[in-house]
Amino acid sequence: MTQDAKARPSWLFKMAWRDSRSHRKRLFLFVTSILMGIAALVSVGSFGENLEKAIDDQAKTLMGADLMFRSLRPYSPGMLAVIDSIGGEQASEIVFGSMAYFPRTRDTRLVQVRGLEGDFPFYGEVETTPSEAAQTYQTGPFALVDETLMLQFDAQPGDTIRIGVNDFIIAGRLLKLPSEPPIASTFSPRVYLPARYVQSSDLLQRGSLVNYRVYFKLSDETDIAALMARLKPKLASERVNADTVAERKQQVGDAMENLYRFLNLVGFIALILGCIGVASSVHVYTRQKLADVAVLRCVGAEARQTLFIYLIQVAGMAIAGSVLGAALGVAIQFFLPEVFSDFLPVAIESFVAWRAVTSGILLGFALAMLFALLPLLSIRKVSPLLALRASFEPNSRRWRDRVVWLVLAAIVVTTGTFAASQAGVWYHGIIFILAILLALGILAAVARLITFSFKKFFPKSWTYVWRQGLANLYRPNNQTLVLMLSVGLGTFLITTLYLSHQTLLNKVTFAGGGDRPNLILYDIQPDQKDEIVAAIESAQLPVAQEAPMVTMRLQSLKGELVSTILSDTTRDISRGLLRWEFRTTYRDSLFDSEQLLAGEWIPEVASDDEVIPISFEDGSAERLGLALGDTVEWNVQGLPLVTRIASLRKVDWQRIQANFMVVFPKGVLEAAPQIYILATKAATTQASADLQRTIVQRFPNVSMIDLSLVLRTVDGFLSKMSFVIRFMAFFSIITGLVVMAAAVITSRLQRVQESILLRTLGAARQQVVKIMVVEYVFLGALAALTGLVLSYAGGWALAYFVFDSTFLPSPLPFLAMLLVVTALTVLIGLSNSRGILDRPPLEILRAEG
Amino acid sequence: MAAVLSVDNLTKSYRSGDRTLTVLKDITIAVAAGSTCAIVGPSGSGKTTLLGLCAGLDVPTAGDVVLDGVALRSLNEDERARVRNATIGFVFQNFQLMPTLTALENVMVPLELRGERNAHFRARELLQSVGLGDRVGHYPIQLSGGEQQRVALARAFINQPKVLFADEPTGNLDAETSERIDGLLFELNRAHDTTLVMATHDLDLAARTDRIIKLRGGVVVSDEESERREMVDGLLAAE
Repeated sequence: MTQDAKARPSWLFKMAWRDSRSHRKRLFLFVTSILMGIAALVSVGSFGENLEKAIDDQAKTLMGADLMFRSLRPYSPGMLAVIDSIGGEQASEIVFGSMAYFPRTRDTRLVQVRGLEGDFPFYGEVETTPSEAAQTYQTGPFALVDETLMLQFDAQPGDTIRIGVNDFIIAGRLLKLPSEPPIASTFSPRVYLPARYVQSSDLLQRGSLVNYRVYFKLSDETDIAALMARLKPKLASERVNADTVAERKQQVGDAMENLYRFLNLVGFIALILGCIGVASSVHVYTRQKLADVAVLRCVGAEARQTLFIYLIQVAGMAIAGSVLGAALGVAIQFFLPEVFSDFLPVAIESFVAWRAVTSGILLGFALAMLFALLPLLSIRKVSPLLALRASFEPNSRRWRDRVVWLVLAAIVVTTGTFAASQAGVWYHGIIFILAILLALGILAAVARLITFSFKKFFPKSWTYVWRQGLANLYRPNNQTLVLMLSVGLGTFLITTLYLSHQTLLNKVTFAGGGDRPNLILYDIQPDQKDEIVAAIESAQLPVAQEAPMVTMRLQSLKGELVSTILSDTTRDISRGLLRWEFRTTYRDSLFDSEQLLAGEWIPEVASDDEVIPISFEDGSAERLGLALGDTVEWNVQGLPLVTRIASLRKVDWQRIQANFMVVFPKGVLEAAPQIYILATKAATTQASADLQRTIVQRFPNVSMIDLSLVLRTVDGFLSKMSFVIRFMAFFSIITGLVVMAAAVITSRLQRVQESILLRTLGAARQQVVKIMVVEYVFLGALAALTGLVLSYAGGWALAYFVFDSTFLPSPLPFLAMLLVVTALTVLIGLSNSRGILDRPPLEILRAEG
Repeated sequence: MAAVLSVDNLTKSYRSGDRTLTVLKDITIAVAAGSTCAIVGPSGSGKTTLLGLCAGLDVPTAGDVVLDGVALRSLNEDERARVRNATIGFVFQNFQLMPTLTALENVMVPLELRGERNAHFRARELLQSVGLGDRVGHYPIQLSGGEQQRVALARAFINQPKVLFADEPTGNLDAETSERIDGLLFELNRAHDTTLVMATHDLDLAARTDRIIKLRGGVVVSDEESERREMVDGLLAAE
């Protein structure tokens, strides 16, 4: 037997270094492919840690107080005594919806009025312009108005705002409340008034939905947990909600964790895409290295030694990529608080979170290596015979290689584990990975189909330029697959996001479209109803809906007192609904937004029936653990009322009209204190605004909400959300472009040789350019088309299964994306030919060789 | 003299779709240690395949190759690689230098694979002996074809092989350069007491070996060890 080859490990490193000499630029492309993915993970991870620390440090500012009570009705004398006994510093706040009217511009809008008494917030600062406005507005008939509202109506400090019957001078703009993220103002802009004026504003009438809050600043010695334990029975019986700093911290922490985990998953897509780019680049690199590998095998190198040489090169680059990516991520994280500012309840101080940096580097390195291993493993199978015969076909049965399957399994396990750890529910992570794999699988299948089809049905009669350009799509070392994956996935992500946004907006538009009502008026007192109906009719608008509304609370469910259920914290039941002030109605027929699911619809009963048959909305019944036939006892403003669930309904809550969880038959509630809701259909925005202006001036307690307001609110929120998601998708887009550029550059040598050959054979510069344009136009357009078709399919699936809406795709974004993506692909593709076409062929050969 | 290379009933077939193509059929030869031998024949006669099988670059369909007492058939690819590293040198028609390595580094590789230190001394020495002592730091692209083949020769001899396999060593070179490379090849072969097995089209080059094995259609049609000059003359006359 012969002497064993015993190359020292250091030689493998030396050889890897030597061999990389003229390829380092190309190897650097591997680095750039994973750069953005790792940057995304590190920046989001660091941001998450920054956020966690900020929430820890500023826990008390999350609520602005140590303890807070919330109630949907005024506190009883007994409860007020309890509040008094708690001591400490206290502030009270009354919160309710009302119409605001700006006399200067004659604009109206539903706002959230807050009447504050006391020095709240006790922790954190209220930011206003001018800064002293936070204090001065309490000194007289002044208001502090949300900046979004001021901007919407071009209002300035010093202008008048009318709330109810009172005029207030705007003391300043409300920029930021320490306890609420700025996005909160998108839903309901806040107007702060001194509490004493709220009482006299004539706004708080019977049936108004009002939230009564009390804030406490307690001494450091106070044991809040013990205090809460002591007060629990009393709070339950009074239906008072209590929030402590610890609970709020937990809630905010959970919400923020969900946000940053979601962002992590979006960032993860960039890493996966980058790793696919790595695999693609390494694949081409490996193919170009086959001759060298064969020579090494000829002179006695073992399979694993040759594998290690190239593995070391790729590992070096993966480490460089991971570290550079992490550094970029650290730089980006300093901008993230700005990007997410609308959603953040706390001020963030950015610091380098080493745990996120390390885990980003490790994950990036591990995944890049696993993806690179797939093509690298083929090095083990390179026959030394290849050195002798250039035409020797390497072993193509790589799918029979067990190690390839092991690496694939490792990739699925690593990505699946990461995704599962990031998703709130583990199987959501698995579904996420499966969805990505499905999208990639479809893109890869389309790429295969394209190469197959072009090969099979090649248009032989076309001109040479077209034929050569198209032949490039299926030639050896073609870029069809990698461009399909990178460009297709990027297009898919961006377009799906856009379509989802549009679907949600369409849904709102549709809800108020056709003959459906698009303006609702509520909190109408019985004595105002006829006058308002007359006002609507005099504006030549129809009264589309008129519903009485009776407020009541749950007393007992199936014979068990609600207070008993509330005091049992182990019960899986909606505590919010148990405390809820139900706004019920009575009528003898179903609305067209309702559908009877079970039981019998009873239109009318005799007023002396002992147990009243009612109809419950199915979702609310389920959350309360109620079923058909169950007994529910109500407290109708002091009077008990026993009911039985006679039917369950499905309600389309999306309609812009009054919908109710509980509907009584006629004949029971007519005598109960009630208010009214009216709905109308305004043909134009102007007609809607005119009516609102008339109503708000004559009936200041009446609140109104119209379709344009809902649309504006939803659009505002979605735009802010979309911006964040787009920002994260940006990492994937950049990665897609880098991967695309890497694929193009990796094939430069082959292109240079082809171009030179063509030019030597007499091809004009223009012809060579045209061939490239044809190739990249087809590649870009087909990749974009596949991505677009996938995203439209995804958009439909989201609309149908998630948003429960109709998918109304517009052709314009489709065409725009198709053009932009194709143009971008051609641009990047042609940039690769820079310096090739203008120089003499021999000069290029020497330079590129 | 004992055979350093013996080939016994060697057959090599390839599958091409549904067809089986037999490239070599029942070849049996033995090459004595220290001798020189040329395998000649027209294109497609199986010269390169035979050379590859003898060097353990491929596995036969049937039969066996015994190289320096080691039966290659029983070895796996890595074991054959070790045999190659220990026993043989190889010179290719297209030089097969690694483009990213300098001349010196290319020559050092076989010794470095063995884990030998100071490989560069021996590599420099060999490069000096092939007349490239001043080009050690040059990359293949900076060398002419003849210079590249001289580097390849230095690499082939650095591990002091028992057998040197050469596949058309001057096939890519002009006549003048070929003459110089041929001279160098035989000179180094003599100096290192190596057995030379060479596949070539060049009958003049073949005539300089001790023995000429002629292949046609995958079988040996003649195997002449004596009066080679006359045989070559006959072959030349036949062309």
